[in-house]
Amino acid sequence: MTSLPERTERKLGLVIDLDTCVGCHACATACKSWNGSGVSGPLSDINPHSAGAEGVWFNRIHSYEAGEGEDSRTVHFPRSCLHCETPACVTVCPTGASYKRAEDGIVLVNHDICIGCQLCAWACPYGAREFDEPEGVMKKCTLCVDRIYNRSMPEAERVPACVSACPTRARHFGDLGDPGSDVSRLVAERGGVALAPELGYAPVNRYLPPRDPKRFEATPPKDPGPLPSQIRNPLLRWVDRILSR
Amino acid sequence: MKPAASIVVFTTLSGAGYGLLFWLALLRPAGLVPGSAWFGVPVLLLALALVTAGLLSSLLHLGRPERAWRALSQWRSSWLSREGVAAVATFPPAILFGLAMLAGREGLAVVFGLLAAGGAAATVWCTGMIYASLAPIREWHLPLVAPGYLVFGAFTGAALLAGGAALAGGGRAALLLAALLAAVALIVKRAIWAAADDAPAPATAASLTGLSRFGTVRPLDPPTTETAYLMREMGFRVARAHAAKLRRIALWGGFVAPALMLGAAALAGGVAAALLAPLAAAVALGGMLVERWLFFAEATHTVAAYYRA
Repeated sequence: MTSLPERTERKLGLVIDLDTCVGCHACATACKSWNGSGVSGPLSDINPHSAGAEGVWFNRIHSYEAGEGEDSRTVHFPRSCLHCETPACVTVCPTGASYKRAEDGIVLVNHDICIGCQLCAWACPYGAREFDEPEGVMKKCTLCVDRIYNRSMPEAERVPACVSACPTRARHFGDLGDPGSDVSRLVAERGGVALAPELGYAPVNRYLPPRDPKRFEATPPKDPGPLPSQIRNPLLRWVDRILSR
Repeated sequence: MKPAASIVVFTTLSGAGYGLLFWLALLRPAGLVPGSAWFGVPVLLLALALVTAGLLSSLLHLGRPERAWRALSQWRSSWLSREGVAAVATFPPAILFGLAMLAGREGLAVVFGLLAAGGAAATVWCTGMIYASLAPIREWHLPLVAPGYLVFGAFTGAALLAGGAALAGGGRAALLLAALLAAVALIVKRAIWAAADDAPAPATAASLTGLSRFGTVRPLDPPTTETAYLMREMGFRVARAHAAKLRRIALWGGFVAPALMLGAAALAGGVAAALLAPLAAAVALGGMLVERWLFFAEATHTVAAYYRA
């Protein structure tokens, strides 16, 4: 059913720290690896071993330059599904293949009934949905729904593959609907933002902005005085040595 | 947006087909086109052929066309689903309209014709709303886009009906109606182009990355060195110079030339009208294909802002 739930019990999502992300693409490759063989698999590739290689990825890592001149900075920006509260990708779906779960807010595609019309990709402003051409259906981030509830995995690993793989711990997973959760407190502390809220999709994921860089003032070095070898007078050289201790 | 041939052909042909069905059902009881089954049935068959060809073409756009029937289920939320339901629901009254004409049951023909006309209008409205409801696409998310689909379908359908009526040796009213609708369509299309050109981008690279507070945001490195689905689908660009030329072609071919030809046919009547009017309909359909190709090619999606400044 492509009508949206009035409210969701939880709002599971990601918090991505743009201050510590180094743009290594580990999240993207971990995601591709896990989801290529999970409920969404295969994530088809076209010409995987030759020129023109392309394929389905749920996570795309961009790099941007933000700001001007001395104040500009390079920001690595992982882009994935934001599991919006009012996702038009779900409501435009003509078949009911797209849905938003009432229990945790995760936006999913039922690949068994998707007709591959791609209207959901048009409706998503964030480019979260990709068409799997050989499969003829849409694919998208599942928030690793087959990991986070997976009782056969150690509890510490029950997080999305991208969160687990991030070497700088720039990715956090949790319930953004609970103001007391770790992720909600992180967002409050660091001033986390939603992407393009003006579009009205009410994204759940948050991005933590880069911190302001430390400023190092260019001050001239203090005059260290003459070197011991430059002091000719033995008595003064001895005094200098004693006082330099 | 990538102008997929399947959708360009679908929206143009089915728009014209539904327009033709609409005007046949409305003008026939009023006596403004020939009332015999010899005229009505072939025109109805042409309308249904155009509609069906368009719908079949739209299936080519699907990754899993064999599952297309599932698209009829989500009419509560989806304009695409509503379009499918309206399209399917229009067939029975349209077919009964034809049978009633064949059987000479004029009263039933009027009733089923009007039902089919309502279905035709509803279907084309849903088509327009599919595009008009997409907030990430600047050139589509405009108040005139859905009414535009109605007007363009009404115009091309009226042009086809006028062509048929002129061939049958009558239908001055249909010719005048088609010429008038061409003028209306021209005004609406120009207004849509003006609105699309003036519309602000729904979101910027800065807002889409959450980095607005740092100032402007410029792409440095894309996620992949090769292309990807999103860039092919949402990143389609038509050269500005080509777009301007194509707009002129659409304007003259799609609206101005057919309007003049239809107007001239209405004045001349007889054999001249029988020659001019079908030609005008063909030119209108050709121009409308260019208009529809541009509708997609010129549309920009917010996703493109992630990839280029």
